[in-house]
Amino acid sequence: MADNDIWITGVGLVSSAGEGRAAHLAALAAPRPAALDEGSFAPFTIHPGPALELDRQIPKKGDQRQMEPWQRLGTYTAGLAIDDAGARGLVGDMDLIVAAGGGERDIALDDAVLSALAPLPAPEAAVKLNEMLAGGLRPTLFLAQLSNLLAGNISIVQGVTGASRTFMGEEQAGADAVRIAAARLAEGNSPIALAGGAYSAPRWDMLMLYHAGSLLRRGPWAPVFSREDAPGAVTGTLSGFVVMETAAHARARGARGLARLNTVASAQARRNAEDTGHAAMGQAFARIAPRLGEGVLPIISGCTGATIPTVLEREVLGALTRPLAVRATGSRFGWGVEATFPANVALAALCLSQGVFPAPMEALEARYEDAPRDILVTGFAAWRGEAIAHLSAIPAGDQP
Amino acid sequence: MSAHRDHKGRPIVAVTGIGLVTPLGVGVVDNWAALRAGRSGIRRISRFPLDHLRTTIAGTVELPNEDTGAMCSSQRVTRYATLAAEEALATAGMQRGDFPGPLMLGMPPVETEWPDRFRIAARIAPTPPLYPALTEACTGLESLYRVAAFASVGEKLAERFGTRGAPIALSTACATGASAIQLGVEAIRRGEAEAALAIGADGTVQPEALIRFSLLSALSTRNEDPAKAARPFEKTRDGFVMSEGAACLVLESLEHATARGAKVLGILRGCGEKSDSFHRTRSNPDGGAIIKAMRNAIADAGLEPGAIDYVNAHGTGTPENDKMETLGMRAVFGDACPPISSNKSMIGHTLSAAGAIEAVFSVLALRDQVLPPTINHEEPDPAITLDVVPNVARDAKVKNVLSNSFGFGGQNVCLVIGGAV
Repeated sequence: MADNDIWITGVGLVSSAGEGRAAHLAALAAPRPAALDEGSFAPFTIHPGPALELDRQIPKKGDQRQMEPWQRLGTYTAGLAIDDAGARGLVGDMDLIVAAGGGERDIALDDAVLSALAPLPAPEAAVKLNEMLAGGLRPTLFLAQLSNLLAGNISIVQGVTGASRTFMGEEQAGADAVRIAAARLAEGNSPIALAGGAYSAPRWDMLMLYHAGSLLRRGPWAPVFSREDAPGAVTGTLSGFVVMETAAHARARGARGLARLNTVASAQARRNAEDTGHAAMGQAFARIAPRLGEGVLPIISGCTGATIPTVLEREVLGALTRPLAVRATGSRFGWGVEATFPANVALAALCLSQGVFPAPMEALEARYEDAPRDILVTGFAAWRGEAIAHLSAIPAGDQP
Repeated sequence: MSAHRDHKGRPIVAVTGIGLVTPLGVGVVDNWAALRAGRSGIRRISRFPLDHLRTTIAGTVELPNEDTGAMCSSQRVTRYATLAAEEALATAGMQRGDFPGPLMLGMPPVETEWPDRFRIAARIAPTPPLYPALTEACTGLESLYRVAAFASVGEKLAERFGTRGAPIALSTACATGASAIQLGVEAIRRGEAEAALAIGADGTVQPEALIRFSLLSALSTRNEDPAKAARPFEKTRDGFVMSEGAACLVLESLEHATARGAKVLGILRGCGEKSDSFHRTRSNPDGGAIIKAMRNAIADAGLEPGAIDYVNAHGTGTPENDKMETLGMRAVFGDACPPISSNKSMIGHTLSAAGAIEAVFSVLALRDQVLPPTINHEEPDPAITLDVVPNVARDAKVKNVLSNSFGFGGQNVCLVIGGAV
């Protein structure tokens, strides 16, 4: 073990299954998702989020009011991760890399504006648009919407004030947030980092966008690999943050690691005939392979259920020519867009630390009942972006 | 330590290509001439009606034979970024389709905008255009997704320029452009790549965005004479002027640049960042984070404050920013503050593009040994005791420039750029 090995020393998780380690281990073991809402956003099903006692992580009401749900969710979950790592005293120089989407629009205002102005001739509508927006937009909404203000709120509420970056780009951003945070640690730019993202699912603005991209499943819920009747993602409220640090840093402060983060690789294929997306992930796996043990390889998959990436992932994994046990966590928590990859890294770390792996979530998933030594996390995004991470268990003798 | 390594043994990062698009024009030559001449690019907005708006001025990019006003923000961002990158690659003497490194793209968040909502509403009329019906009407409308997905701009640019790996699109508010450069520098220093294409681009001058900034009371309302509205460091300053544009820098390890015989335009010597936990739109009154960001950049470059000859200011022209930047300057440089000037007095605040555009202007200041002015400096603010290079460009000996970028949300990034060695 090298001193600049990267350990995950804390995880923050919030989803439809609740919050924290135990709720998520239980959800992975459960036969069905913890919560589904098939009616409010019909024909789209969502995994709704839990009611959070916000005061526990965002004590000032003023701060809570300055945020919309996705920022509250992320700020709350970031706090869980910091607490889980016992790293409250280290936030001043902690790196922060957030994968962020766009913040919530004011749906009622959008509906009112469009209903009033759509029937008008375009020039008249443009003038009235100014009037309705100038009078109707809440001044604080802008800050609650700005992508980088999730990181800003984490700085303000949780006191994280090292490097601060916000990546944008759906699932890809989540993978690159973890990748760049790890790279900065490995190079010695920073001893400790917080990376993650948040997505709040009950949102027509985002459903409209993702549906335009043909990324969503219509109709009732089904497990991710059983959606041939209506391929696509079922969105879910999800936030995942991980605290990462160098092994030397963790051991020096007596912090136990949940898992070692060995590799994070990302790519972005055009997914056309010239650039199918197989090559980069195949090469990434070739670099990981020498470090893997024998036998069945456990995989935590970020598969969305959208046709093209689902087939791509199946082909890439098939080409590894070894027995696999794949678990698509989307079957329990839904598609959390930017949050998906960091949440899956957190879940993998949790599984490795507990020596458990989820039961199959559907017929296609092979059984795996051993304590995993290695877990791969995949992130084949619904539209663009492919990522893979390799985590491994930390031998007891390496812990402080 | 070889000639290609810095004081910490890391690969030295050279700037070998630059490209610019701002309201002052397209291309480095036109932009730099206008900036040196102290010309303003701020105008009355013409791309949408101005009724009911408190601010009616902005910097907007005009392109020959293209209606930038008819584009949505992400299309403008893509277009400006493309133009800036093409110029930067040409300067660097590189092929367009096979760039030897990653794309680091600083850009604003993008979303579906009003013109698209109106178009979809028209399709389903007379059905009331509420979200569920609009969503249904978006079935199969991939073009809508491809302008509003965050990954879309980077995807198009990566394809066009043949950058390697997954492009990173990022936002740190008004520090975005500087963060993109920093990510590129870090990738080269880590040895991940020999080069990086760093872009900062923005194109958000549209009604809703203007109103949002207006509601934060951030914008100048000095509408009557647009060219006079942006007044960084001046006593009567009353806010920033929204603007747009793009800059691209080809960053390259000095070793790689030398080996291929590229002309080195400048050296990206240091990057520093520090975030603030005080407030969403204001710095901590003690200036701690911006002071730390400036000091971190200077230390990262292996320099002492005394080695900085010129500061390219964040200088937005809001009462608050300029006061805080002054406080930061005094804390870092003491009584010996180098001259500082704000490009925003001429081009306005190009938001996500600003850090990259101002880095390019910093490279040009080094190349030509001239400090661009802060225009509209009519009544000095007694609280701002800095040499702001008022109104007229000035010849000066410049070896190292500090370029400041301070963002909403407390994200502060500073760069130290040195002249070609």
